[in-house]
Amino acid sequence: MSEIKFKNVTKRYGNQQVLRGVNATWEAGKIYALLGRNGAGKSTLLRIVNNRTFATGGAVTLDGKSVVENEAAQNRIFLMSAAQLYPADRKLTWLFALTRQMYGDFDDELAKHLLAAFELRDSAKLGQLSTGYQTIARLIIALCVPCDFVLLDEPVLGLDAPARELFYQELLATYAQRPRTFVIATHLIEEVATLVENVNVLAGGEIVLAEDVATVLAKGRIVSGPAGLVADYLRDTPVMRKQALGGMLTAYTLDAPLERPLPAGVTLDAMDLQRLIIELTRGERHEK
Amino acid sequence: MHFDASSVVPLYHQIAQQFTAGILSGAFPEESQIPSTTEVARSYAINPATVLRGMNELVDAGVIEKRRGVGMFVVQGAQAKLAAAQQAEFFAAQVPRVVRQAKALGITAGQLTAAIEGEYNHE
Repeated sequence: MSEIKFKNVTKRYGNQQVLRGVNATWEAGKIYALLGRNGAGKSTLLRIVNNRTFATGGAVTLDGKSVVENEAAQNRIFLMSAAQLYPADRKLTWLFALTRQMYGDFDDELAKHLLAAFELRDSAKLGQLSTGYQTIARLIIALCVPCDFVLLDEPVLGLDAPARELFYQELLATYAQRPRTFVIATHLIEEVATLVENVNVLAGGEIVLAEDVATVLAKGRIVSGPAGLVADYLRDTPVMRKQALGGMLTAYTLDAPLERPLPAGVTLDAMDLQRLIIELTRGERHEK
Repeated sequence: MHFDASSVVPLYHQIAQQFTAGILSGAFPEESQIPSTTEVARSYAINPATVLRGMNELVDAGVIEKRRGVGMFVVQGAQAKLAAAQQAEFFAAQVPRVVRQAKALGITAGQLTAAIEGEYNHE
């Protein structure tokens, strides 16, 4: 099975250390969410994989071989980001043809289906597309390239809610037909929570959580009730954060002791992915 | 069908629950084909691995079966099987929960029994 592996990847811009030692693995045929605060280094990490920038230290490999200036590897990796600029007077058809040339193949049938689904004409000139439709054009290309690893950096920027939902549905439809790896870097955590199988959280320049979503949510709970009872129920359980209000205590934990009987007056609520990420990255300095 | 990503019930188990409800209500009759993993994944924007895990719960329970190259079907006798399983779950989990709550509120066994009988007569 193919995989992209990060070993102690660091990145420094001037005196700013963005990545401090990233270790992670992206396996073939899985959908990942890459989450983190603004400026956490998500885009930097994706750009390193795609050779748009280079790591200061460490290694990124595809099937054991460094991806740096490795054409065979880069042909199997596609990065969609908002930074792509296209000539304004060219048509979408020109862009599809160019992409086919670069990657050796292009799924015309899927492109046709997606154009119709999003109500976009392939005769449209790139410079005349609205922000939303420019995103749609980029998304269509990302779903139609033959690459095994498709990296999507803020893929739904500028898309309205119905278009976002349509994109998520189309992504899963093509994924089911041709399983490949998708890595989605996004702030819209709630929207991708059911979509992805695994989650990678970037904080403090490292991957602080790399886990199957179902596993991480299985024991994530918000425990609240009278402070003494909550403390007694949790005992030595690691807690991410505690919030006291008068005699009441709310505790956020990833490892709730579900086997213990719950004292009367204490409630256990689910921790959804968004809440979990907020608690996990709360202390992160906000920088850009 | 409706799925809640912020529920304590894992998403894969919600898939199994929704199909169970569909089979019990007759929305998915015995011997009929149920929607494919891909169809469910696409319609509700849920990862196919999650959908498959939920459906496999029902395969393991002997309620649905894979027919090679065709799809998933509700087996003969699935309704009775599910109804029996739900009854067992009711006695094993729901009844103890109600009794625990009643005890915590200081309700006696006699009071609870009378209330249950009252509800039955009311029906």
